[in-house]
Parts: sequence; C-alpha cells; structure tokens
Amino acid sequence: MLLAAEDAAAEATHAAGWFLTHAWLIPLIPAIAFFVIILFGKRMRFHGAEVGIASMVAALVIAAGTAVQWIRYTGHEAPPVIRSWTWWQSGNVRFGLGQHIDGLAVMALLLVAFISTLVQIYSLEYVRGDRRFTHFFASLTLFSAGMLTMVLAENMVQLILGWEIMGLCSFLLIGHWWEEEANSRAALKAFFTVRVGDMGLLVGTGVLFGLLGTFNIADINAKVAEGGGFSHRTLTLAAVALFIACIGKSGQFPLHTWLPDAMAGPTPVSSLLHSSTMVVAGVFLVARIYPVFHQGLDINVAGQHVNLIAVIGGITVLIAAALAFVQNDIKKVLAYSTVSQLGYMMMGLGVGAWTAAVFHIFTHAFFKCCLFLCAGSVSHTGSHHSFDMKKDMGGLFRKMPVTAWTWLLSTAALCGVPFFSGFFSKDEIIDSAHHNHYTIFWIVGLVGAFMTTAYMTRATYLTFFGQPRGAAAHFVHGDHGDHGDAHADPAVDTHGAHDTHGDVRHSRPLPFAPHDSGWLITVPLIILAALAVVSGYLNAAPFHIEKFHHWVTPKVVEEMVPEGPAFRWLNALPSILLVAAGFAFSLYLCRQVYGAAASAWKGLTRRVAPLGAGHRFLVNKYYLDDLYEKVVVHGIAHPIAQGAYWINQHVIDGIVNAVGIGGKRTGGWVYRNIDQRVVDGAVNGSGAAAQGAGSALRPVQSGKVNQYGALLFSAAAVAALVLFVVNR
Amino acid sequence: MDVLRDQNWLLSLGTFLPLAGVVIMLFIPKRDEESAKLVALVTAIATVAVGAYTLVKFDYGQSAKLQFFTSHDWIRPIRATYTLGLDGISLPLYFLSMVITLLVIIYSWDHIPSPGNAKAFLMLMLVLQTGMAGTFVAQDLILFFVFFEVVLLPMYFMIGVWGGEQRQYASLKFFLYTMFGSALMLVSFIALFIVTKGNTAEGGSFAFSWFQAHGPEIAKTTAIWIFAGMFVGFAVKVPMFPFHTWLPDAHTQAPTQGSVILAAILLKLGTYGFVRIAIPFLPQAAVKWAPAIAVLACIGIIYGALGCLAQTDMKRLIAFSSVAHMGFVMLGIATLTPLGVNAAVFGMVAHGLITGMLFFLAGSVKERYHTLEIRRLSGMLKQIPRLGWILGFCAMASLGLPGLAGFWGEFPAIISSWNPAQALVGDGKLDLFRVLTVVAALGTVLAAGYLLWLYQRTAFGEPNPEFTSHGSGAHSLSAAANHGDDHGSDLHDVNTYEWIAWTPLLIAIVVFGVYPQLMFKVIDPAVTNLMRVFGK
Repeated sequence: MLLAAEDAAAEATHAAGWFLTHAWLIPLIPAIAFFVIILFGKRMRFHGAEVGIASMVAALVIAAGTAVQWIRYTGHEAPPVIRSWTWWQSGNVRFGLGQHIDGLAVMALLLVAFISTLVQIYSLEYVRGDRRFTHFFASLTLFSAGMLTMVLAENMVQLILGWEIMGLCSFLLIGHWWEEEANSRAALKAFFTVRVGDMGLLVGTGVLFGLLGTFNIADINAKVAEGGGFSHRTLTLAAVALFIACIGKSGQFPLHTWLPDAMAGPTPVSSLLHSSTMVVAGVFLVARIYPVFHQGLDINVAGQHVNLIAVIGGITVLIAAALAFVQNDIKKVLAYSTVSQLGYMMMGLGVGAWTAAVFHIFTHAFFKCCLFLCAGSVSHTGSHHSFDMKKDMGGLFRKMPVTAWTWLLSTAALCGVPFFSGFFSKDEIIDSAHHNHYTIFWIVGLVGAFMTTAYMTRATYLTFFGQPRGAAAHFVHGDHGDHGDAHADPAVDTHGAHDTHGDVRHSRPLPFAPHDSGWLITVPLIILAALAVVSGYLNAAPFHIEKFHHWVTPKVVEEMVPEGPAFRWLNALPSILLVAAGFAFSLYLCRQVYGAAASAWKGLTRRVAPLGAGHRFLVNKYYLDDLYEKVVVHGIAHPIAQGAYWINQHVIDGIVNAVGIGGKRTGGWVYRNIDQRVVDGAVNGSGAAAQGAGSALRPVQSGKVNQYGALLFSAAAVAALVLFVVNR
Repeated sequence: MDVLRDQNWLLSLGTFLPLAGVVIMLFIPKRDEESAKLVALVTAIATVAVGAYTLVKFDYGQSAKLQFFTSHDWIRPIRATYTLGLDGISLPLYFLSMVITLLVIIYSWDHIPSPGNAKAFLMLMLVLQTGMAGTFVAQDLILFFVFFEVVLLPMYFMIGVWGGEQRQYASLKFFLYTMFGSALMLVSFIALFIVTKGNTAEGGSFAFSWFQAHGPEIAKTTAIWIFAGMFVGFAVKVPMFPFHTWLPDAHTQAPTQGSVILAAILLKLGTYGFVRIAIPFLPQAAVKWAPAIAVLACIGIIYGALGCLAQTDMKRLIAFSSVAHMGFVMLGIATLTPLGVNAAVFGMVAHGLITGMLFFLAGSVKERYHTLEIRRLSGMLKQIPRLGWILGFCAMASLGLPGLAGFWGEFPAIISSWNPAQALVGDGKLDLFRVLTVVAALGTVLAAGYLLWLYQRTAFGEPNPEFTSHGSGAHSLSAAANHGDDHGSDLHDVNTYEWIAWTPLLIAIVVFGVYPQLMFKVIDPAVTNLMRVFGK
C-alpha cells in the first residue's frame, strides 16, 4: 500500500502481539471487500454475498485474536497500541491513518465484527432474490468497514472518515428500495439530520485542534486530563460542539426524528444500524474522548446535579419510551426503544458512569440486534411482510417458537429483568446516577425502566399472544384500510411499514401458514439470544465480577471518574419492582384493550378528551417532525432560498445589467454625438471600441467566428514570438 | 543535473504545443470533421504526455522551488520578461488543465454541440488550453496577464456560438464582466511595477521574483489600493460574492465542454492569482484585506447554497454550487496560514475534478432527456442506472464526504479559519474568523441539503412516464421490479466515449480522497514557502 512507506509504529508495541499491532487490518478487509463486491459481485456465484461474509468473518477472526491478546496484555497495565501512517501533512500539521487499540476499541471491534457477521448471514435468507442483492451486500460491508474504521481511529480525522462513511451507507441502505418516495425521503432525512449534527463535529475538531494543537486521540485525552495551559471556556465550547454531533448521530433529543423513519430500510439494516453501528457512534465518541467532555462540562464536580449530556440523555430516555407506546409498527417500537436506550448510555456518561455506559453499549448490541432480527423473522414468514402489529400479527407464539423464545429472552434482557444481561448494565447506570448525586437522573432512569418494560410487554403481547389477526391469521387484506381498532388514528404514518421485496411481495401463494424461518435466520437468533442472557456476566456487580471493567476502562478515564457504587440488592430493589410493575400494568392493559372481551378501557382515548389530546401529541411525535420539515427546512428551502435568489437576480444582477446597458447607451451616445459629429470619422478606431460593447455579437452571427478567432490568436502568437526573437 | 534549470524548454513545449495543433487544423477542410477531431485528439494526447513527462521529471524534494525555470527578455522597453517556472502549487493545476482538455476533446467525439463545426470548436479548445497552462506557469506579470486574457476569447466564442438559447446575453456578460476585472487588475499590475521601481536603482522588472522581493516594502496605504485592483480582477474570475452573477448564466448557457472547462480550470485562475500574486506580493495589504475576503467567502458559501436550493434547473444548480465551493477555497486563502492555503489549492483541484464531472453529467442528461428541469426528471437510476450511480457518487464527493477528494478542500479550510495566521489575531478579527468557522460548517450542511435533494428528485423514484417508451405511466411496483430494464426509446446508458472521458476523473476523485498526501506532499512546501511572510 501507499501508506506502508511511513510506518511509525510506537515503541510501546513491542510487547504486544501480532494481532494487536495489525488490528488496522480489521476495517481494511471489509473496505477492500466492498470494492470487490461492487466491481465484480454481480458475476459471482452468490452475487457478492460470499465476499461480504468472508470479509466479515476474517475481520471477526482478527478482532477475536486482538481481544485475546489485549486481555493478556492488560495484565501489565499497558498503554494503548498506537500505529499511524501519514495521511495528510501541511507544515507542522499532520495526521495519519492508523490504529489506537485499547480496551474500548477492542470491545467495539469485536462487537461490530461479530454482529455484522451474523447480520450478513441472516441477510442471505432475508433479502434473497432482491433486485439489488449485490448492492445491498456491498453497502452492508462498507457500513461495517466505516464503523470499524471509526472505532480504531487513531485521530479525530480518521474518526470523521468512518463516521461519514456510515452516514453514506445509511443513506444507501435506508433508501435501498428507492422506487418508493417514502423510502428515499427517509434516506435523505437520515443523512441530512445527521449532517446537521456533523457541523458540530467539524467545528469541535477545529476547536480542539486550536486548543491542543493535535488531532491525535491519545494526545487529546492525555493533555486534557493533565489540564492547564488551555482555556476552560474553549474546552467547554469544543465539548458542546462535539456533543451536538453525537446528538445527531445517536438519535438523541431533539435530533432523534430520523431514526424511526430509518425503519424504511430492510430489517437487517435496521438491526445493524441500531445495535452496534451508526447510532452507537455518538455514544462511542463521547466515551472515546471522555476527558474532553468530563472536564469541559465539569462532570462529577462537587455540587453539580445536572449537565448537558445527562440532561439530553435523560430527556431522550423518557420521550422516546413514551413514543414507543403508540406505535403500531413493530420496528418502530424497537426504534424508539433504541433511542431510549441510547439515552441511558448518554445519561450514564453524563453522570460519570463510564464503564456502565460502555457496558450497556456491549449488552444492548446483542439483545437489540436479536429483537430486530426477530421482527424481521416474523415479517418474513409470519406476517406476510407486514410490520403492523395490530393488523397482521398476534398469536404467533406457537407458530414461531424459535423466534418467539429468542424474542422473549432478548426482551427480558432489554427490560432489565434480574440475571439477564440488561440488568447488569442498566442497573449499574441507574445506581451510579444515585451514587454520584445526580438524583434527578436516578429517578429518570427508574421511570425509564418502568416504561421500557411496559412498552415491550405491549409489543410482545400484540405480536405473539392474543388473537391472530390479518396475515398471521392467513388473511390478506387487499388494502390497508382501517380495521376499526381502538387506537386507529389517521395521523399515524404508515409509510415504511413494509419491507417490500419487489417481486416477492405479490407472488407468494396464499393462504400460507405462519411458521418459523429457515436456519440462516434462526441460528443467528439463537446465538444472539444466548448472548443476551449471558453477556452481562462479564461485569456482574452482584457477583463481584469486574472483568469488563478491568479489560476495557482506560487508565485516563479510571483516574477521572468516581469509583462505582458497591452493589447492594437494596439499591437494585426499586428498579426490579418497577420492572415488575411495568410488566403487570401493561399486561393488564393489553388484555383489556386488545383482548376479545368488552372492556371499559377500550376507546378511552376517544372518550376522554385530555387523554385523546395526549395520545395525538404522541402519535404526532411531539410535532417535532412538523417543526423541522414544515418550518425549518421548508423555510430555508422556500422563502429564504427564493428570497436570496430574487435578490441575486434583481438586485445584484440588476446592477450588473444596468451597468452594461448604461455602458452601451453611453457608448452609443458618445458615438452618435461626439464621434460622428465632433471627431467625425477622423478617428474611427476609437468609435469602434465604443461600438464594440453594443455590437460585439456581430461576428458571432456572421458565422465566420472560427477564422476570426484563429487569425486573432495566430496573430497574437506570432507577434509575441517576433518580440521574443527580436529581443534576444 | 540541475532540475531547476535543466530542460527549460519543457514548459514552453507543454504550453504552446496545442497551438501547433491549431496551426495544422487550419489546413484541414471544414467538412472533414474526422481529421479535425483526430488532430485535436493527438495534440491533446501529446500535450498530456509532455505534462506527464513534467510530472515524472519534477523534483518532489524541491517542490518549494520553481523548476524547469526559463527566463528571457521579451518586451525590453517595458521590462517584461518571458519567464516560466513550475513549483508545487502550479504543478497540479498545470497538469489538471491538460488532462481536462484531453477529456473534453474525447467527450466531444460524439458530442459536438449544435450548430456543429467540430473544427472551429476544437481549435478554440486548444487555444484555451494554451492560455490556461500558460497562466499556471508564467512567472512574469505581463506574461501572466497575456495568458489570463488569452483564455477569455475562446470561451466567449464557445458560449456565444455553441451555447444555449440565451447564449448571446451570457457570453457578452461573461466577456465584459471579466474584462472589467482585468482592466482594474492591469492597472494594479502597472502601479505595482511603478511603485517598486521607484525604490531601486535597478530599474524594476515584471518578474514575480522581483515583486516578491520588493512588494512587501511598499507603503501600506498604497499597497492596500493596489491590492484592491487585483482583488476585483481575481474576485470576478473566482467568482466571489457579489461578483458572481456572470457565472450561473455563463455556465447554464455554455455547451457542456465549455462548462466543464469553465468550472474545472477557468475559475481557478482567479484563486491561483490570489495565492500566487496578490497575497505574496502585497502581504501587508493581504492582512488588511483578509477579514473582508473571509466574510465575502462565507457569504458566498451560504448564499451559493441558498441559490442552489432555489433552482429548478440541474445545470444552474451545479453552477451555483460552484459559488459555494469557491467560497471554501477563498476562506482557506483568507486565513493566510499554510494549512488554509494548502486546503485552498487542494480544493481548487478537487472542485475541478468534481464539478467538472458534474457538468459532464448534466450535459449527458440533457442530451438524453432534452431537459434539465429537476421537476421532470426522476427515476434516472432505473432508466440509466450507471449514469445515475455516477451522479450519486459525484454528489457525495461534492458535498464533502471524507474519503473522496472534496472533503480535503473543505475540512482543513474550516479548521484553519478557527486558527488564522498570527497577523490576524487581535482587534476582534480572531472572533470574526471563529464565527466564520461556524458559518462555513453550516455551509456543509446546506451542501448536503441541495445535493441530496437534487439526487433524490432526479435519480430515485419511478421514471417520469414522459420519458418511458411505453408512456403509460402505470408502473406498479411489481412491473418495476422487472429488473428495471424498461428504457425509454432514446435513452441509453453511459457510452464508450463518456466512459473514457469520465473514468480518469472518477479515479482521481477516489485516489486523492483516499490518499490526499499524494497531492499535499507536492503543494505543501511551495505553500509554506509563500506563506512564510505571515509567520507561524
């Protein structure tokens, strides 16, 4: 490679093994695979899918090797393994492409490679026969490459590279079925909303560079942790700017609106996007350069009870969880659930619970990936490609046992049921908020846990229990008309509710019985569900297991944040009780509202005005979409842009034209009155100059332009040459 | 062997070789279009070969210095010299101009715009090439001015004869506007000569080296006025807000080839002038002017983007996007830092590649659909998928996606505007520049907005029934899934000539995007050398 010329491997790497010093191969392999697929994929036997999967497996193997070596390596408190090749140099400003391998990077690499591999295997079955199968695998592979590039980024610029590549791939994948306008709009919205946040990334990187004179992540962390020599105010500015980028990428309030629309993409994409790539990038960035945020926003300073990160995270936890209640689309429930869980992670980082937040990234990836893939499995063979829980699902538990059980296990993990993985990570965040004196966020966390359980219970009930409806009951309704259910509301947008497989959609013989999907789908589900159960035991506070903490938490962070709380069952009790209450409450409500029997709860939102208004407020997503699309975007795209253009055409250009016309008139006047009358032909040449402005087009019309032009330039060239020769 | 002085015929050969082709073409009958094309093509290939030889022979270890340097007396009475030289800043632009001309000639093989006459068209193209290449290697102000002006006429004819419906208005506007700028510029050049001459006994010179040595000695007030004249001349060419209004008209009306050359090379003559002439010759004035330039640049970024959002015509949209992109280049220059100017020079080349490519695409779309109205175009990906994907690729490159060339012009410019040169700190200027950083970053968001909007509208969705052979308009999803091969009657995907003309640009966009150091390594020493006057 071109880059290999300037190998600047740090001395510290001598103790590290081969995998640790060659971790940069992990993103490189899928990146190359992307080009192979896009260029040759269509001619291959499996249309490029084999290359994608092979590259992901290779990345996984190296990532696993890296992880093993890192675990051995941390035994002697080692610094990160950094390598870098010059990518860009201007004067003394330099940055490279390289790797910054520490516990956090290793964790993320392993996670991304693992999830990507499973998702690609799953996709083999799920998008089989799709009209853009090869493109799909190419984009999926590049997506993983982008995330992998980001997580091992040695400097901020490399991080931006990976970050933006993901943005591109999300655009391609969300808009995968771009024939439908809704899908292409969702793709545009995703890219554009994230891009709004990216402004902060560009500015924040610039500010940090101005402040510290480096793009290097290790240097940034070290310099900020060391403190002194720079303005705290500027650091705060950098932290805020960078956090805006994280808000956009990680779907935090108020830029979360793109995430549910992103469900327009194929389900494996949603799964990948929401579990380990893309949306966790924002959280990852905060964790990656945590000292900047920790110092810049005064996190954990005595007496501080709120800060920007915790507030945004906290708001996101609650508002997204509330929205998840009113969704009919199973994928949208999961989407809002992701937003809410990302809120937990941010909140964790905001209250100084670094390890817990990062651990939540880790556990969340498994169960959320599993849940999405379950939803895909349901639509694939259970509900006839519909994602509408109310119309096309219900009673699938017995018909799709594998899907149902894996869903249940993952749901338990998500809700934080004790001894499932989510319990260990989420409870640690809630507990730390309390311990670090962020009482408000402790309450937010508890309420969030209640809401999470409640909406997941509702989704589970609607999908797997109760009466089969629509496609789940072998019934295909011709149109998507209103079936008169209690919550029917015309304002609910139905776009993106279907994975339309093009030709597959209308060709399947009917009726068919819902059944479990093939092994390509169920095996990834089983693996993920198993991990959703056990992955929490890497850092299980109740059992005094702190392996994850030991392997992942960097020294610079460890010295900065307060020590985590000692686990006591008494402290965990409120959240356990709330989870149980959420389950019971929601189950009761679901049975009443969605059950067959008549109930006073049915149609409540229609009868009680305030409840109805609240429901409408939620269904319309707090009207944020309307604010952005109809007010902000429409405002800029129409009145402001049109106004600017009007000024351009009429004022600025008007002046130019006026000068031109004025010049021509003056020329004409001079010619008529002065030249013809006063000088009267004595100096015709000067008149020609004035006339030139008015009739410069004459030679154009005469059709002899070519000779004219050629002669002119030949003459000029000859004249220049003559002068040159004469002067020698 | 001294690379700096040896082979000093090389630049003259590269610059004037196209004129030899013009001379040969004079003797070809007008009807014999094939021969005319062939001669033009061979000339362009030979020129690129000379350029490639220059690339190979260039000593990259000394890219701060002028190489293949040649200097002779030319017009002794006014002390103008024939001085050519090439350093790291000129090299990429010099070579780019040659390559673009070749690609445009290849593209012209089956795309001679109406009213035809390939011979005249291609002759103008070659003359244009001499002017462009000469501008980038001239090391004497008078010589620079001559080349700078030589460019004007062929482009004027290209727009005026082969242009669109309002070609006469557009070409005249282009010509007069640029002439107006040039006139002021020439006055400044002469003033500069007279002022510097007064200081010395040697009698002055028009050579760049003379001005570099003696320009900084000029009294500050005088320097500011001289700078003003140059500013107008170059700013019209760039074009900077508010001197940009010739550009959308010229671009929209010009034939595809003209638009490509205009965007890829001609606009860079202005920014190159700032980097090579205005700023190094008059550093004190540059410090005074920099905040104003930066403000105008940022207005251009936002204003150009807003202009794009208001467009209904694809080509005009791309034209307006040039205003925005050149704003980033000017912002980089206005910071007076090596980082900023490096970004600017990179941005010039990147914009040349990307926007040149976009204009090629616009031309090919127009040829197929006979319209560029965004509202009427849709589903391009389905009807002409390859062209559609290339458009998407270029849109992504244009909005500054890292990993593609456009990013390396914008991102460092934004960063450098947060940290402008030491001379620009104080009097609230630093705060001004920092506000502009945010404004420029906002520009990247708007760029994403208009480009994606354009792409979503034209490439995604179902094809407009107006342009499908069936014309029924009743394309259900299932019918559309039929591998999307329902092409319209006269719609064909990218053809061979287009592939040959476009592939080099597409590859360059990726290569410079993935490995920007390839170009920065060449530019940086020269830029650092020029910017030394501003400290840090």
